Amino acid sequence: MSLLTVKENIRMENNVNTDTNTMNHKVVFDTKELNLWYSETHALKDINLAINENEVTAIIGPSGCGKSTYLKTLNRMVELVPGVRTTGEITYKGKSILDKSFQVEDLRTKVGMVFQKANPFPKSIYDNIAYGPRIHGIRNKKILDEIVEKSLRGAYIWDEVKDRLKENAYGLSGGQQQRLCIARTLAIEPDVILMDEPTSALDPKSTLKIEDLVQELKKEYSIIIVTHNMQQAARISDRTAFFLNGEVVELDVTDTIFTNPTDKRTEDYISGRFG
Amino acid sequence: MKYIDAEQVSKRMGGRIVKNNLLKALFFLATLFGLIVLVVLIYRVVADSVGWIDWDFITGRLSTSAERAGIMGAILGTVWMMAVVAPVTLLLGIGTAIYLELYAKKGKLQAIIQTNISNLAGVPSIVYGILGLTIFVRAMDMGNIILAGGLTLSLLILPIVIVAAQEAIRSVPQYLSEASYGMGATKWQTIKNIILPAALPGILTGAILALSRAIGETAPLTVIGIPALIIPFPEGIFDKFTALPMQIYYWTLDSSLVAEYASLAAATIVVLLILLFVLNSAAIFIRNKFQQRF
Repeated sequence: MSLLTVKENIRMENNVNTDTNTMNHKVVFDTKELNLWYSETHALKDINLAINENEVTAIIGPSGCGKSTYLKTLNRMVELVPGVRTTGEITYKGKSILDKSFQVEDLRTKVGMVFQKANPFPKSIYDNIAYGPRIHGIRNKKILDEIVEKSLRGAYIWDEVKDRLKENAYGLSGGQQQRLCIARTLAIEPDVILMDEPTSALDPKSTLKIEDLVQELKKEYSIIIVTHNMQQAARISDRTAFFLNGEVVELDVTDTIFTNPTDKRTEDYISGRFG
Repeated sequence: MKYIDAEQVSKRMGGRIVKNNLLKALFFLATLFGLIVLVVLIYRVVADSVGWIDWDFITGRLSTSAERAGIMGAILGTVWMMAVVAPVTLLLGIGTAIYLELYAKKGKLQAIIQTNISNLAGVPSIVYGILGLTIFVRAMDMGNIILAGGLTLSLLILPIVIVAAQEAIRSVPQYLSEASYGMGATKWQTIKNIILPAALPGILTGAILALSRAIGETAPLTVIGIPALIIPFPEGIFDKFTALPMQIYYWTLDSSLVAEYASLAAATIVVLLILLFVLNSAAIFIRNKFQQRF
């Protein structure tokens, strides 16, 4: 069998895979032949990936494999890095987002992001949550109050902060700050929440709280989470994608990835042989 | 076998400690030198001015008679000139810094502009005086009015304000603007709501320190031609004027003719020093009061 036919077969298999997955689920992000370069570095290579709506998709892989880069491509935050070039296509609910005609502000309103390090603004808790609605033009105090309460409740932090909404967000603990950042993302009422290693700087207790929160959030949101922690991916995700050297090695139901991966490299990574 | 010989180490220990203390003393002497010069300077000036600073001196009009001379005209001239310099440098300085830090593509052109701004900060002030004389006083035919002096001094301190504002903007952590962009904010919304509020204390501190440099500048003003004696108070930016450092300059120059002028100059220096002290205190106050922690 020639190499070309092998490739062709793999592609067909992949397509079959995607098709079976899409039978029960709607695809929210569909990535086709995505390539990305940081100046000369080829960071993402021929990425083909379909991400389902209202699921938790975990992206795992060793440092420098491109998982964070891929995540940041989904809301085009990657464009903030000078010298980035992309080819290929990503569609969000059928609309091509890498197209310059797609307003990036519009995309980021629908696709919210939680960062690795909790990054509240040096403002009050209230103003942190109200920031998103305000930049989108909401001025009515009563509506803002309601959004703030709903978002803080949604991130299960309301009871801890309801008496100190006017206090500076930097007075909160690290774990609370991260949940505040999740609440802040909820306040713009997105469809998708991207999480870039959201618990890597947190203690186990705060990590658990965030993981529980993710389980609650997936009822209403599609969540894509990049994590270094394989146990975390196994605990909280429905499907898992394994990235290596800028390529997607495998995407499958999380249980399958962790118990019976197709690719040898996935198995090696999961069993701790490298990475 | 050990590589470090304990006996050798303890033998050399004494020398090391002597060297350590010697250098500490040297650095202290270096500091002391500056302090002594400063104290002597201030003592001389204050001693000379004793008996000359009173209410009449501060509120009075200029005069050739040392007994009757007052410096209200020069104070007003300085204040009016700062009323030109402050808004001009703040607007142009912050605008330039925002463009260079947040909009301009990082490349050759940006690097060239950057280097030139830093170089301009080191150009002798008299050169700015010549520039002001050519452009504002002559080409634009303003004459030696407050506006021309103010614009000249604005050019002089603009590079300092730009560099200070750039540093303040650069010190705002990237993750704050990322959070804002991540919620769909436009660049301007991010600048207005996140970057500028966080950078403002730094910008204002830099700007006030630059203003206090402008207040003390004499050379550019001598070049654009400030009259030695001007009796009416300036009432706006289109009036002819004199300023505190100019008065110090002229009185010192003429003290060989009238000995009392030296005392007038000293008294004016004290007034100028108090003004600078107030301004610098304001800068420190603003920095401490509005500094956000992140």
